[in-house]
Amino acid sequence: MVRFLGLGLLLLGLLLFPLAVELPYPQHVMILIFLYAMMGLAWNIIGGYAGQVSLGDATYFGIGAYTTAILLRELNLSPWVGMALGALNAVVVSLVLGYPCFRVRGHYFAIATIALNEIVATIFTNWDFVGGAVGIYVPILPESFVNLQFHRSKAPYYYIALGMLILVILLNLWLSRSRLGYYFRAIRANQDAARALGIDITRYKLIAYALTAAITSLGGSFYAMYVLYIDPTSVFAFSISLLVVLVAVLGGVGTVAGPILGSVILISLSEGTRVLLGGTGRALDVAIYGLLVMAISVLQPQGLVAWFRALRQPKAREAKVGRAPS
Amino acid sequence: MTAELLIQVVVSGLLIGFVFALISVGLTLIFGVMDIVNFAHGEFLMLAMFTAFWLYALFGVDPLFSVLACGPLLFLVGVLTHKLLIKHILNAPMLAQIFCTFGLSVFLKSLAQFLWGPNFRSVTEPLLGGRIELFGVFFGLPQVTAALGAVAATGAVYLLIYRTELGRALQATSEDRQTAALMGIDTEKMFTLAWGIGAGCVGVAGALLAMFYYIYPEVGTIFALTSYVVVALGGFGSVTGALVGGLIIGLVQVVSGFFSPAFKMVVVYLVYLAVILIRPQGLFGRW
Repeated sequence: MVRFLGLGLLLLGLLLFPLAVELPYPQHVMILIFLYAMMGLAWNIIGGYAGQVSLGDATYFGIGAYTTAILLRELNLSPWVGMALGALNAVVVSLVLGYPCFRVRGHYFAIATIALNEIVATIFTNWDFVGGAVGIYVPILPESFVNLQFHRSKAPYYYIALGMLILVILLNLWLSRSRLGYYFRAIRANQDAARALGIDITRYKLIAYALTAAITSLGGSFYAMYVLYIDPTSVFAFSISLLVVLVAVLGGVGTVAGPILGSVILISLSEGTRVLLGGTGRALDVAIYGLLVMAISVLQPQGLVAWFRALRQPKAREAKVGRAPS
Repeated sequence: MTAELLIQVVVSGLLIGFVFALISVGLTLIFGVMDIVNFAHGEFLMLAMFTAFWLYALFGVDPLFSVLACGPLLFLVGVLTHKLLIKHILNAPMLAQIFCTFGLSVFLKSLAQFLWGPNFRSVTEPLLGGRIELFGVFFGLPQVTAALGAVAATGAVYLLIYRTELGRALQATSEDRQTAALMGIDTEKMFTLAWGIGAGCVGVAGALLAMFYYIYPEVGTIFALTSYVVVALGGFGSVTGALVGGLIIGLVQVVSGFFSPAFKMVVVYLVYLAVILIRPQGLFGRW
């Protein structure tokens, strides 16, 4: 009961935030937090539930961004349709890559996702139709929900990002309770045992990866319409893949709260250090990320959420001893 | 394509291929013994290249001699990596293992950028500069020297692993660490040694590359990705595979770079995907 009340108050606060704080920058930071929380939750499906490390989610982010921008420029297609088709594109690419990789051991897949991102980025950089290295300016349309463009205020983007995040949270919650989610976790815990129980592991890994790709692509489409300019170095950046993974790992993989918590911490940290250090390009914030990831993977491989839970229930932790690490 | 051009492309491919082989031997050795992919391998290489650069820029030491400093220094980096990080996650889930070396990679890369800036640097006048004529075709002397150095270092590691008692202990540990421990092998020592030698290989390779390659914080990424492809092609854990794979990938890269410079790495990655699809155990891998 207290928990629902707390969640309700949090949601109310989030809904009122743009009215209370009208400055564009805090709203921008919140939008980034929603965006990365959403993509962290997307990564959570393949990386957290199904246990397959993808290090190339920027591929799908870029595919979503480019599909939306190009369909709008060439066919004057609504960005919402572009979003849907972008997600479809992303699903197709994820299946083509996933099929060969999921038959072999985990690190092959991790490396393949990096390689795929490099391949796609190189193709887009050298492809004149999509603007090559210069990129694409999204055509400016009249302000409206259908056009997904708002020029006077960031607040509509804020609500759209929040809405998308809530949908992805609901998807994750459903997954964590559904049969599908149990299959994913069975695969992560022990592939051979899962196979022995009759789970078609390649098939379920593909489903998990396609879901991740589709949601990440939605994030990319949103980004294209929010920033209105995309180029290969900004949407296929390895730093996007990195941040998405870190958000999930810091918070706790395989949990719903983890990636949200991770996004709040990492985006605040990144924006904070950027404001403080004045964008020196010296990458100090990234160095801190690196240290964090090492520290977490050595000291608390299950992430912050697990750590909080252990703090709250020291006995539950003791009870876990003797069970295989999940 | 004329005969000269063919020789030019093939020999250039083999020259860089020997360097790829040395880097990949380090990666495959760590993987073979530890069952962990070192995602910070490229950054180890970058550290060695910067070490060679600073020795040159500050003290005028030629990269050829820096090999003697970079090898041991990176050996130490490898040992520290094991002692401080890897040792604690030997039995952790693979997720934690991947993230640990991945985090190390991110940390080292951005640390280098913080300390030395993102600029490209180079060793302007290596001791063995200029060019040399082979088979009627001219090659950069630094490239030839680097290849010879890489051959010597790879040969030394090969002898160490396949011809000495210590090497047999390493092999045994990679075969089955529990049985190896039962046979009285100090596996913890073998783990440390694998990290030391594995990182030492890139230490030597980094100093050799510094003779002719640009040096910047991100330089490791491209070599790391290449060496993952090499190791997948040769077979994870196989030293012979790393050597053969290095030469093949060197050739592939130079030949595809000849036809289309922008897509040369794309072809290398496609080789990787093809290996997964057709022969996931690689050329010499045990599966």
